[in-house]
Amino acid sequence: MKKQAIFGGTAVVLLVAFVVASGMYKGQEAERVEAAAEEAEIALAPAHSISVGPEHARVTIVEFFDPACETCAQFHKPVKQLLAERPDRVRLVLRYLPLHHGSEDVAKMLEASRKQDRFWEVLEVMFATQGRWASHHHPQPEALWELIPAAGVEIDMDQLRADANELAVASVVQNDIDAARALGIRKTPGFLVNGKPLPSFGLRQLQTLVDAEIAAAY
Amino acid sequence: MTTADDSLDPDWMLLFGAWLITTLAALGSLFFSEVMEFAPCSLCWYQRIFMYPLVIVLGVGLFPVDRGAVRFGLPLAIGGWLTAAYHTLLYEGVIPESASPCQMGVSCKEEYIEVLGFLSIPALSLLAFTAVVGALLVVRRRQKT
Repeated sequence: MKKQAIFGGTAVVLLVAFVVASGMYKGQEAERVEAAAEEAEIALAPAHSISVGPEHARVTIVEFFDPACETCAQFHKPVKQLLAERPDRVRLVLRYLPLHHGSEDVAKMLEASRKQDRFWEVLEVMFATQGRWASHHHPQPEALWELIPAAGVEIDMDQLRADANELAVASVVQNDIDAARALGIRKTPGFLVNGKPLPSFGLRQLQTLVDAEIAAAY
Repeated sequence: MTTADDSLDPDWMLLFGAWLITTLAALGSLFFSEVMEFAPCSLCWYQRIFMYPLVIVLGVGLFPVDRGAVRFGLPLAIGGWLTAAYHTLLYEGVIPESASPCQMGVSCKEEYIEVLGFLSIPALSLLAFTAVVGALLVVRRRQKT
């Protein structure tokens, strides 16, 4: 019996240690992200990033997204709804984290569309037609060039193409990628609510965290 | 009833030690990927393929102590050791990256963590496989004599 006891006891101790360590690690995540942001002097919501919602809102959601990410597309409407249901109190800042090979070009295209003030229209088309230009996780930016005018977005495509090649546009995207890396955000959509990451991933967790921040700020 | 099985003979201790290392390595690798969310590179996956079955093979070999566990465990441990050695050399830059099989996804040279400031994940893996291969070789030698 002695051997069984040693073996069983060890197995139980290891499993318990694993569970406890996991809980502790997750618990410290919020502080770690905040500390990383401070240490690297990273602006979570830089002024140049595209945002929606009032400047004076006391709750800011920063969303790192990938145009080719299916979950980001799925979250797009619920997040807009979340903002609409809490008017005047929540601001959403979108930042690029293109993780799929090729979606960096799409992120640049999106950033460039801001010059013609068509960001949100282009974003809608990108997410709505994602299955056609980024099926099976293989983004084909070229296919998107056809889909945007076809969807009726009034935008000068030649101008967009030229703007997307601008160094300034690339550096905005790269800046976001670097920030995500420094903050330890490796998956999309990556949400930070007033700098705090979600305790676990999910729409309900996002709503809960936003409401907690609203309760604390107002 | 007292059986010979109840005594903590050296064979059992060695096998148990090897099992303990593989279990720690398996849980540790799961902690890195599932909790800390480090994406495992392809070489990491090959090492996992060798490491995880060892937890079962060596665990079963403990009750009753079965030297046959060495016969099944050693090839796995050696396969893992070779992969870990290659990975460590790649990580340390001894083998140029152009020779690396990792082109898609995560680079095998991605630096995630250095335990105690100097032990990289590939080095931890190499250390664990070395200890397991060593323990199993000792059991095998005892078996022959």
